[in-house]
Amino acid sequence: MSESKIRIALILPDVLGTYGDGGNVIVLAQRLHWRGHQVEVVEVDVDSPVPNDCDIYLLGGGEDTAQQAAVTLLRRHPGMQQAIDKGAAVFAICAGLQVLGTSFTGADGILHGGLGLLDVTTTPMGRRAIGELIAKPDPALGIGTLTGFENHGGATKIGTDARALGTVIHGVGNGVDRFEGVYQGKVIGTYLHGPALARNPELADLLIQWATGLQLAPLDLPEVDLLRRERLAIAD
Amino acid sequence: MSAPLDGRTRVAVQLGKAASWLSRAAGRGSGAIIGGRVALALEPRALERLTSGRRVILVTGTNGKTTTTRMITEALGARGEIATNATGANMPDGHVAALMNKPKAGYAVLEVDEMHLDQVAEQAHPAMLVLLNLSRDQLDRVGEIRTVEQRIRKVVEANPNAVVVANADDPFIVSAAQSAKDVEWVAMGSSWRGDSASCPRCGHHIDTSTTEWHCTCGLRRPTPGWTFDGDTVTAPDGTKLELNLQLPGAFNRGNAAVALATAYRQGVRFQDIVMKLNQVSSVDGRYRDVNVNGRKARLLLAKNPASWLASLDLISDGDRPMVLVVNSREADGFDVSWLWDVHFEQLLGRRVVVAGGRAADLSVRLKYADVPHTVVKDSVAAIQSLPPGDVDVLANYTAFRDLVAKVGSEK
Ligand SMILES: [Zn+2]
Repeated sequence: MSESKIRIALILPDVLGTYGDGGNVIVLAQRLHWRGHQVEVVEVDVDSPVPNDCDIYLLGGGEDTAQQAAVTLLRRHPGMQQAIDKGAAVFAICAGLQVLGTSFTGADGILHGGLGLLDVTTTPMGRRAIGELIAKPDPALGIGTLTGFENHGGATKIGTDARALGTVIHGVGNGVDRFEGVYQGKVIGTYLHGPALARNPELADLLIQWATGLQLAPLDLPEVDLLRRERLAIAD
Repeated sequence: MSAPLDGRTRVAVQLGKAASWLSRAAGRGSGAIIGGRVALALEPRALERLTSGRRVILVTGTNGKTTTTRMITEALGARGEIATNATGANMPDGHVAALMNKPKAGYAVLEVDEMHLDQVAEQAHPAMLVLLNLSRDQLDRVGEIRTVEQRIRKVVEANPNAVVVANADDPFIVSAAQSAKDVEWVAMGSSWRGDSASCPRCGHHIDTSTTEWHCTCGLRRPTPGWTFDGDTVTAPDGTKLELNLQLPGAFNRGNAAVALATAYRQGVRFQDIVMKLNQVSSVDGRYRDVNVNGRKARLLLAKNPASWLASLDLISDGDRPMVLVVNSREADGFDVSWLWDVHFEQLLGRRVVVAGGRAADLSVRLKYADVPHTVVKDSVAAIQSLPPGDVDVLANYTAFRDLVAKVGSEK
C-alpha cells in the first residue's frame, strides 16, 4: 500500500525513557501500521551518530545526567536539527522538552545551555508537580483536550518565538502563565506522560501529518475513547 | 536472648499492645501497625530498645522482600524463636509491632522499605543486610532510585561489621554494597533493565547486553559466590544443592538462593535450609490457588514494572486464561505510565480479561499490543467471566489486597 518506510528515531531511549514514554513510539508505529504504512524505529544511543533522515524524533523524560548526555550527543551529531530543516517533526517530553530549550537549570542549580530549538527557559520550580494534567490545546492545532500525568520539578517560561501547546485546566503544566507545553514549527515539547500519545490520539496523528504530509483516515478505537472519558472526567 | 526493656519502653510497649487490642476489637484488621505506632509515639527509640541484644537481619530491595524475609525466617527456624513482620508491614511501626509480639525471640528478621533502611539500621544495628534489587516502584511517590541507592550505600558504610548478602546482577545494588568488608554476592538474575541502563556512579550507559555487565567508570559485576541454574544452587565452596520449591518462577529461585546464603552464614546446615525452603507454599496470600465459583485462580502479586515483567514471564509459558488487575490508589502510585514499559505483546494468543480502577489504561495498552481482551472492572466478576478451570490472576498492590479480602477464604 505504502511507498517508503516512515522512520521514527528514539533519542537515548535507555536513559531518556523513564515514565513509560517509550509507549509513544508504540502508539505512532501502530497507528501507521493499522493504516497500512511501514515503519522503522531507529534507536539512537550515546555511541551512535544521530541520523538526519528520520521523519519523527522522540525524546522522553529522564534525570539530569541524561539531559546533559542528550545535549552533548545532539550537538556532536546534529542529524536531528538537519532533519527539522527538511520538515521532520519532533516530540519531546519533560526532560526532553527542557533539553530542546535555550537553557535549563537542573536540580544541581547549574545553568546548562540547551539546543535552542524551542524558545523556552527552564528553572527549578521549588516543588515537584505530580498528578493528572489536563490542558485545552491551542485552537490553531485542531486537536482534542490534552490529558496526561505530570511529574517534574522544572518551571518552563515561553519566549516570543514559541507558542504554548495549551492552557492548563487541571494540574500545573509549565508552571508559568497557566500554560502547558510549547511548540515552535514542528517541534513540540510537553510535560504530559501517560504516555501522551496513547492518551491523545489526535496529537499522535498531528505529528504524523506534520512529518509525512499523509492524509490519515480516522481510526475507530473505543478503548481510547473510554480512557479519555475517564481521565478527562477528573476535572469535572 | 533480648535485653530487658527499660521502664519507659516497657510502658510504651504495653500501651501499644492495648492500642493494638482495641484496634482489633474494633475490627480494623490485625491492629499490629496501630500498636507499633502508639509505642513509637511514646518512645521514639523503641526500635533500638526492642532490638537490643537480638541478632537482626534486615531485608530490603524493590521486589521480593516479603518472600525472601519469609524464606529466611523459615530457614532459620531451627535456631529458635524469630520476630518477623510477616505481613509486609515494612515501616518502623510494623517493625516495632513485630518485635513487641515476640519479646523473647533472639532473632529479628525484618523486611524494610528501601526508603526507611537508614532510619531502621541506625537503631537496629543489623548483623546482616540483605540487598535484593532496586527498580522503579511508584515513581510519583518515592522519588528517584539513585537517591535510594545512595542512602543504602551509606547504611552499608555505617555498619562495617554487618555481613551483606547482595545481588551481583543489579548495578544499583552492587554500587550500594561494594564497599562492604564481608559480602556474599548472589547471582539472582534480573530480566528488568529499565532502570539500571544508566550507571548509578557516573550516569553513563551501562552495557548490560552480557551477564558480565560493566561501566567505563569501573563499576562492574562482582564474581558471585552463589549461582543458580534451573533448580540447582551452587554454593561458594562448590556444593550443589537441589531446590524443589513450591513457589514458581526464576525470581523465587533467586530469592531462595539469597535465603540460602543468609541462613548458611548464620550456621544452619545446607540440607536443613533446603528442606525448609521447599516447604514454603504461599507468602502472605500470594501464589495461592483459590476457588472462585469453580474457577481455580492462582493469585500473583506484581507491584511495579520489574515485577510485572517477571510475573508475565512466569505465566506466559502456560496457556491458562488470565485476569490482569491494575489500580492506582496511593499505595500503588497514581501514575500507570509504566504499563507501556511492560511487554504485554507476549500475551498474544492468550485469553485475557482486564480489571481494576485502571482497566481502561490497560485496555488501551493491550489494544496497541494487538492483544484481544475484554474489560470487566470488578476483579471477582472478571474471574467469573471466564469458563470454569484454571486462571492466572496478576494484580498490583491494592488490587491484590482487595481480591484476597474478597476471595481469600474460599477454598
Ligand atoms: Zn559508571
